Amino acid sequence: MRERWPLVIFAVIVAAVPFIPGMPPFWIVLLDNIGLSALVAMGLVLLTGVGGLTSFGQAAFVGFGAYTTAVLSAQYGVSPWLTLPLSLLVSGLAAVLLGLVTVRLSGHYLPLGTLAWGLGLYYLFSKLAFLGRNDGVSGIPPLSIGSLKMLDPGTIYFAIWAAVLISALLTMNLLDSRTGRAIRALRRGHIAAEAFGVYSPRAKLLVFIYAAVLAGLSGWLYAHFTRAVNPTPFGAQAGIEYLFVAVVGGAGYVWGGVLGAAIVVVLKEVLQSYLPLLLHGEGQLETIVFGILLVTLLQLAPTGLWPWLTARLPFKPAAKTPDTSIKLPARERSAGTPNVLLQVDNARKQFGGVVAVNNVSFDVQAREIVALIGPNGAGKSTTFNLITGVLPPTSGNISVLGKAVGNAPPQDVVKLGISRTFQHVKLVPDMTVLENVAIGAHLRGHSGALSSMFRLDRADEAKLLAEAARQIERVGLGDQMHQLAGSLSLGQQRIVEIARALCVDPMLLLLDEPAAGLRHMEKQRLGALLRDLRAGGMSVLLVEHDMGFVMDLADRIVVLDFGTKIAEGTPAAIKTNPEVIKAYLGATA
Amino acid sequence: MNTTILLFLLQDGITNGAIYALLGLALVLVFAVTRVILIPQGEFVTYGALTYASLAAGRMPGTAKLAVVIGLVAFAFDLYAMRKTLHAPKIARAFALHVAFPVVVLLASMWAADQRMPAGVSLVLSLLIVASIGLSLYRIVFQPLAHTSVLVLLIASVGVHLALQGLGLLFFGAEGQRGPTLLTASATLGSLRFTGQGMAVYGITVAFIIGLWLFFGLTLYGKALRATAVNRLGARLVGIRTTLSGQIAFLLASTIGALSGILIVPITTLYYDTGFLIGLKGFIAAIIGGLISYPLTAVAAIVVGIVEAFSSFYASNFKEVIVFTLLIPVLLLRSLAAPAVEEEKD
Repeated sequence: MRERWPLVIFAVIVAAVPFIPGMPPFWIVLLDNIGLSALVAMGLVLLTGVGGLTSFGQAAFVGFGAYTTAVLSAQYGVSPWLTLPLSLLVSGLAAVLLGLVTVRLSGHYLPLGTLAWGLGLYYLFSKLAFLGRNDGVSGIPPLSIGSLKMLDPGTIYFAIWAAVLISALLTMNLLDSRTGRAIRALRRGHIAAEAFGVYSPRAKLLVFIYAAVLAGLSGWLYAHFTRAVNPTPFGAQAGIEYLFVAVVGGAGYVWGGVLGAAIVVVLKEVLQSYLPLLLHGEGQLETIVFGILLVTLLQLAPTGLWPWLTARLPFKPAAKTPDTSIKLPARERSAGTPNVLLQVDNARKQFGGVVAVNNVSFDVQAREIVALIGPNGAGKSTTFNLITGVLPPTSGNISVLGKAVGNAPPQDVVKLGISRTFQHVKLVPDMTVLENVAIGAHLRGHSGALSSMFRLDRADEAKLLAEAARQIERVGLGDQMHQLAGSLSLGQQRIVEIARALCVDPMLLLLDEPAAGLRHMEKQRLGALLRDLRAGGMSVLLVEHDMGFVMDLADRIVVLDFGTKIAEGTPAAIKTNPEVIKAYLGATA
Repeated sequence: MNTTILLFLLQDGITNGAIYALLGLALVLVFAVTRVILIPQGEFVTYGALTYASLAAGRMPGTAKLAVVIGLVAFAFDLYAMRKTLHAPKIARAFALHVAFPVVVLLASMWAADQRMPAGVSLVLSLLIVASIGLSLYRIVFQPLAHTSVLVLLIASVGVHLALQGLGLLFFGAEGQRGPTLLTASATLGSLRFTGQGMAVYGITVAFIIGLWLFFGLTLYGKALRATAVNRLGARLVGIRTTLSGQIAFLLASTIGALSGILIVPITTLYYDTGFLIGLKGFIAAIIGGLISYPLTAVAAIVVGIVEAFSSFYASNFKEVIVFTLLIPVLLLRSLAAPAVEEEKD
């Protein structure tokens, strides 16, 4: 509860503002506008800042919310409270339809795509007869509770800010959860997250809908605030402005949305009312100054003002260390322990004319450490990608526990008990080590977005974090648990990846160059850990270039060269194999 | 529908499409080299068109003064950046680029505005003015942000769009303007009338596409630009000045934008804010081309132009709706065929 104190204090201040004696009514109107804009920006924070999906089309979702309630309450006399769920539903449904089309687009397609349908919808609003064309809909009834009609800005203020505060709370809860970690991995680490069972497209659609529903809520409030709607506030310009608000405040932070809304609304107001007096000019002076200020701000603080402010706060929120006594039940395993865990049978991968993996066959038995070695470009990492479903094999079979994997996606492979690390570290740099590792336990939790928002996931979440903390302790990074993953050395980041893979509770661990970047002592510790895991019943398949490390550790070694297996055997046999020596040192050596 | 209308609509669509193609090409160019999604492209269009119309009507355009002002700011940025190592040649280059160039153009246009010069002179001056604005804008706004994410660049781009649009209203007023045609000759083929202006549009578009193709395929600078587009850091390591690549990209984009404006201002009345919508249609073409492919963008732009022409004939009310939702099926196709999504590296 302690971490919620700032929110409570903020809520009290917000509630007290209208009662300040001598408060100009106009300021209340500004605060109403800030709240309306903050709701949309908050959705954008989740969508753009956290999820990395830039949308220019949020204004259209505001329009869906506003027009739904406008038409129903003004023309059909439906109570505004009944239209609230309908407004949210319409925005949400529109998001599902548009989201299915757009969220799979990468990078720059997405913002441009949203810009295009945002414009299309704006023109649609302004042309449809039942939406009143350019005139819009007027005569929308005010919100009312019993006999209290929220006619003036001072009363609807409470409805707007209650919505802002509740949404902020729900959004923060969502981000701090199992689903939240999946969302936060979308921007910087979704390939790794998918290897641990996260369905990225689903997470993207979720944030898209979430942001649209928040925009719809803002639209519903807006309609009952102004009590007349027309297409203008739902156009491209408005969509762009919402994005501004989020970026100015700090697109990665929930409160950044609120701060940004406050800055932009107040700034526009000040510019509009004072600039003409100051310069006696005509035309859109305020847009000129607004544009220039925006560019200046971006150059000085590209991540927005909220992180800039919080970095200057004298106190830092204390991180909570999870209670490691809570046990997370082990992953379900099939009965019996067969000897062969993994069977790679004539696996082949071609990229155009290049054969990266050429009909390679080998197996991994229970309680065995197998090393996959070979010069650079031998196809080791590609073999890993074939086993874990990141790449589909061109031909050949890979089976786990006797069952063919086929073209199963990474999310299904990890369910079989195979977890991996990556040659190029794939952690989310702006998440803590603990949170990164907890992504590994994704499949062992079950709470969804809704239960996270309402904090019904705490028992589940405590178990996941406890497991993550245990694995971090196990690999020896207990002291770094609350640091940002991006702040660790590369060697330590590799170890974090191992902890994350261990969170799956795997039967087979795939490690891609785990010892690269480690110091001598760290390598020894890693070797001891892997032996320990083998003793505990786990098998390990590793790619590694440090021959001393491999020869010391592995039970069996498979050697690849130019995609083809050239040798397999015990370390002693491999050391003296002439083919291997030739591959590593050249023919004349 | 009879053949005359069909042909007429096709012709109209292709003329507009050619303009969208030019803009689309410029957008692709700028995005590929600098990762900036150039929203102010529309302003380059209006600035070019209205500067040309003003000069032709014997009025001194405010844009020429703007070019000098932001040139001075850009020069100040350069001086500040070079404060530790003041090399005379470098300063001279910055001075020539950001101060001497716009000042000379300003003086020339002051002189030309009095003389009522032929359309060709106004055209060249307008192009120079807008090119100078584009060049200095890159220095002031985007060069300091070159290392940031696409999103930050995009927002900055929107900021520039707002400022330029506001300035456009200040310079040119709220009334629309038309400019004189470049070529007055016309020919009739069957029921179709080919105006000299239309021919100029086609000719210049084709010339530009071929020119860009040659530039990127054969010249060292073109190759440097492509290298920067593929890998910024790698390009720097082999000695390509990425700043120079950005400057060239902005120079080309602003020139192309201004040229498109000058080509259409004799055909349609342009207002200070018309450019935005025209630019967006160039965007549609650029997106269809995947922001990568020049020929695909050009073809897509022609399609956009034709769809626009036909929808304005059959459902003029829903013209914009149709044009902008044209993108949805394209996006759908692209998303079905999309390769594995790469992760953002910033």
